[in-house]
Formats: sequence, C-alpha cells, structure tokens
Amino acid sequence: MRHATASFEFSERAGRAVHLAVCGAVLLFLIAPMLVVIPLSFNAEPYFTFTEGMLRLDADAYSLRWYRGVLEDAEWRLALVNSIVIGVTATTIATVLGVLAALGLANRAMPGRGFVTSLLISPMVTPIIISAAGMFFFYSKLGIAQTHLGVILAHAVFGTPFVVISVTATLAGFDHNLVKAGASLGGGPFLVFRRIQLPLIAPGVISGALFAFAASFDEVVAVLFLGGLQQRTVPRQMWTGIREEISPEILAVATFLVMLALILLGTVEWLRGRASTKPGEAD
Amino acid sequence: MARPLSGARLRAAALTLPLLAFVAVTFIAPLGSMLVRSFYEPHVADALPRTLAALRAWDGSSVPSEDTFRILATELRLLDQERKLGGVATRINRLEGGMRSAIMDTARALRNAEPDSWREAFTAAYPAWGEEAAWRAVRRAGERYTMRHYLNALDLDRDPPGNIVAQSPERRIYLPLLLRTLGVSLAITVICLILGYPVAYLIANASPARSNLLLLLVLVPFWTSLLVRTTSWIVLLQNQGVVNDLLVAAGVIGNDGRLALVYNMVGTLVAMTQVLLPFMILPMYAVMRSISPTYLRAASSLGATFRQGFVRVYWPQSLPGVAAGSLLVFILSIGYYITPALVGGRTGQLISNMIAYHMQESLNWGLAAALGVILMVTVMSLYLVYNRLVGIERMRLS
Repeated sequence: MRHATASFEFSERAGRAVHLAVCGAVLLFLIAPMLVVIPLSFNAEPYFTFTEGMLRLDADAYSLRWYRGVLEDAEWRLALVNSIVIGVTATTIATVLGVLAALGLANRAMPGRGFVTSLLISPMVTPIIISAAGMFFFYSKLGIAQTHLGVILAHAVFGTPFVVISVTATLAGFDHNLVKAGASLGGGPFLVFRRIQLPLIAPGVISGALFAFAASFDEVVAVLFLGGLQQRTVPRQMWTGIREEISPEILAVATFLVMLALILLGTVEWLRGRASTKPGEAD
Repeated sequence: MARPLSGARLRAAALTLPLLAFVAVTFIAPLGSMLVRSFYEPHVADALPRTLAALRAWDGSSVPSEDTFRILATELRLLDQERKLGGVATRINRLEGGMRSAIMDTARALRNAEPDSWREAFTAAYPAWGEEAAWRAVRRAGERYTMRHYLNALDLDRDPPGNIVAQSPERRIYLPLLLRTLGVSLAITVICLILGYPVAYLIANASPARSNLLLLLVLVPFWTSLLVRTTSWIVLLQNQGVVNDLLVAAGVIGNDGRLALVYNMVGTLVAMTQVLLPFMILPMYAVMRSISPTYLRAASSLGATFRQGFVRVYWPQSLPGVAAGSLLVFILSIGYYITPALVGGRTGQLISNMIAYHMQESLNWGLAAALGVILMVTVMSLYLVYNRLVGIERMRLS
C-alpha cells in the first residue's frame, strides 16, 4: 500500500515536470521569434543569422547601421508618416462611432441587439482578402481607391469592432442608476454622458482605441489593394522588403514595432488594472 | 408581437445608427459589390451586342451564317479603333484557349479588307473560326448574368450541349485547394489545441503573480505585428537561418543537408501555428479560470487517480473553452492570407492566396469574386456556429 502511494506521488511529480517542460517549450515557441529579431537588428553584417563575433559579444559585431539606414531612407520616413496619419484618423473615426454604438447596444431597450452586434462585428471576422477585394471594387467606383481617404475608411471600419467590444464590456458593469441620478438632478443627456458615463467608461474607450490603432498600424492587405505609391505605410513597406530582398533594415523596423506593441500592451493592461478597481471605491 | 418604438428604444437605436450607416457604406456595400461581380459581367455583352443578337438564333451545332461573320467583323473593327479589343479578347480567351490571339490577329487582318466572303477571311486569319467551339466561347462570354465563375470556382464546366460536367482531374484546381485549406486549418487547430491546452491549464492554476507573468508571454506575441512575426519565422527557418545553423552546430544534420523549412507548407504550418496560438490559449484560459480546483480535489479524495479526475471531471468542464478556441482558430485559418503569402512559397498557399492571385495578376476579377463569395459563405456558416455555441457578445479582446 505504502509502495503504491509512493509510486503514485512519483508519477504525479514526473507528470508535473513533463507538464512544465511542455509549457516552457510552447512559451519559448511563442516568444522566441521576437527575441531573435531584436539582437539580429544590430548585426554589423548584412546576414540574418548570428555571426561568430555576435556570439562572442564582440562590440564590433554590433552596429546601428540598419537603424541609420531606415531613418535616412525617404521611403521609410514617408511610410511612417502615412502610418501615423492613417492610424490616428481611422482610430478617431472608429472610436467616436464605436462609443456611440456601444452606448446604444448596452441599453436594454435596444431593438434587435444580437443581429446589430453581429453586423457591427462582421468587419473583424471577415477574411481580410474578401474585405479588401470588395473594397477595391466599390471604392474604385466611388473614385477613392488610391487615395488616403480610401485607406482611412477601410482602417476605420476594421477598427470599429474593437471599440464596440471593448466599450460594451466596460458598460456591462455600469450602474444605470447613475445616469438616472444625473438626469434627476437636471443634467441633460450630453452633460450626463460627459460628466458621468464617459469618465467611468474611459478605460474601455482608450483600450478599444489602442486596439483599433494597433490594427491599423499592422494592416497591409487593404493598403495593398487600395493604396498607391503615396499611401505606402510601414507594413506595406515591410511587405515589399520581405517579398523582394529581405534586408536587415526590416529587422530594425521590426524591433521598433515590437517596442510599440509592448507600449500598447502595457497601456491596455494598466488601464484594465485601473478599471477593475471599482471607480468610486478608489476615491 | 411588434411593440411600438418607445422613446428609450428609439434613443438606443439612434445611437447605433451612425456606425450602422458607416459599416453599410464602407464594408457591406463593398461585399455587395463583390457579390454582384461574381455573376454579372457586362463587358463582352456591351462590346458585341449585335453579334450576340445574331448568335441567339444560332443552333450551336454548325458554323454560323455569313451574316454573323459580317456583323462580328464590323464590331471587331469598331473595338479595334476604340482600343477596347484587348479586354474583350482576354475575356473570351478565358472560355476557350487561343481566342485572344484569334481575335487580335483577325482584327488586324481585317483592318482594311472588304472581302467577298467574310467567313473565308476569318478562317484564313485564324482557322478556329471555322469551328463551333470558338463561337460558343463568344456566346458564353457574352452572357450578361452568368454562373460560369461559380462553375469555374467549383472545377465544373459546361460541355458543348450546355450540361454541367466536372473538369477533367488534371484541370481541377480550386476544389483541391479548398480541401487543402480546410485540411491545413484543421491541422493548425489540432496543433494549437495540443500546444495550448497545457499552457492555458498552467496559467489558470498558477498563483496570481505568476499567472499574470505567464499571461504576458501569451499577450506579447498577440500584440506584436503579424508582419514582424512572419519576418521572424523567415529569419529562423531559412536555409542559412538560426534553426538550420543550430542543427548543423549540434551535428544533427550536415552543412549540405540543411532542411527546407520555409517557403513551403512547413513554413506555413509553423508560422500560422505560432500566430494563432494566442487565440486558442486565451479563450481556454478564460474558461479554465472559472473551474474551481476543489472539483479535482474532491475527485482525488474519492480515490480517483489524477488521470481519471482529469478525464472525467476537468476536461468536460473545460470543453466550452476548447470549443471556443478551436472554432476561432479554425475560422481565422481558413481566411488566412498574409502568412502563407510570405512564407508559403509555391506549395504552402491557401484559398485566400488564389483570390489575391486572380485579383492582382490574372485580373480575372469575376473568378476572384466567386471564390471570395464561396470563402465568405464557408466562414459565415462557421461564424454562426460560433455565435450559437459561444455567443458573439462574449467575444473578448484579451
């Protein structure tokens, strides 16, 4: 009997060790690709692998030449400006429209909520190639293909589901008596929204906006179909780089994008932490 | 049943209206535009109206009358002058190989000719005009509303009498590709499930501090640019890349035996698995977090081994998360474009890449639209299942 228990404990412990090893390997698989890109972007040689000098941590084996190359390149600079202009404009449109819609959807009186929600979320779940092809046909007819406006509208509509989902989730815990209280004290709907609702749902709004911005900043297919030379964005420029001649400059840009992702993720997590401590209790 | 629209209902609906209108114009209308393109093709019908009218009376089993030749000659000449011949010729060529050069050569030969017999002039310029197949191609290309893009997309064709028949096996492209896409998506879903389940379990059962740290390791790739992750896989997997270097250094393979890990199906599978894994782990983690550990403890205190307790108690409770994650990964895989395009080479392409090819290179937009509609219907039906099972309103971002 004693023996059986011991072997059970042993096998349980061995099982746990195997489990941890598997998880470690999977997490390494998830994270390793990004970790490899960062040091290689400082490679002094135009190779995509660690040189012997790099492995010896030889200072001469590392260099900022690819970063300098990117910063001095007019195409990359135009791409960065385009990405920011398109991302910010599209995010603004998506946030304003998405917050309004989320306020409507969170209302119990909203007619046909399920259907409307699926419709508003559909841009997120439709395969990108289908959306981009359809937009190419339709936006060409409207004469806004090959313009900033076309790309901005596409990115705005891709961004709206993130805002709707994020704000709806925040509103789910919202106490509607606060609105009634505000109204009974004589506040008009706009004043009540601005002074009571907006501050409380702000973390959800900002998270949704950051998601929408990140989506726009990483979107390449709509830009491929709708954008011309003047609408080249950072991902579009990377796309060309990867397809044609993959230069370590791409890794420098990739490192920049990893940093951007970390900043966005950090902000969203921080906001979530703030949102989960109930407002009102904190004060 | 219809309740009158109360003030509150109207107000709620009015708030969603701006976004609904925006989505309708910028997103739904484009999808509609694609749907129309998949069955409406006015180009040839508008270019050759009189020829097509003459062919309407044609029985299809003999060469058309001299009159028809004459009318076609007039219309080809007009198109030639307006420089619209190329587009028409390309479209007819899609139905019958060789027709593009037939039409271009004939138009050139007839430029200043006033022959006694148009039929002889045509067949002299291009003998195929003496066969019914060429004329059937003209007639079919002239159908303003057509099912042929769908037939084409499903590897079907019409035989001379007009019956729908399957393409000969060596000419079947799209159904095998669709099946391959479904197979690859299924494989990726299963791999993600096998890799993701232990990780989700670990995160859900770790102490809060450690669970947050582990969750971060899943969220960082989730937030990192897709292009960055795909680039990383090229760097890791290419012939002179990190993985091959490591294998050579470890003596597993010789320097001349480097493995082809990228620009093929292996590259697509590895990169897509890594890209989609967070979509599997996060929904499973959300469900597992709510499974109380007391159930497993109760099972073991009743004498169950860990395996019995897991199979009979834990796994059934985690199934909603498994279903949500698997469906999400499967749906996303089917429509994947960017990763296969960059790391898939020739053999690792999926159905989306074929749509892009017809959009950008062959310029057969009707076929691209039909393939797009088929893909969209597939994804939407799976999406309905997801909505039924998980509820779209419970979709979380992280």
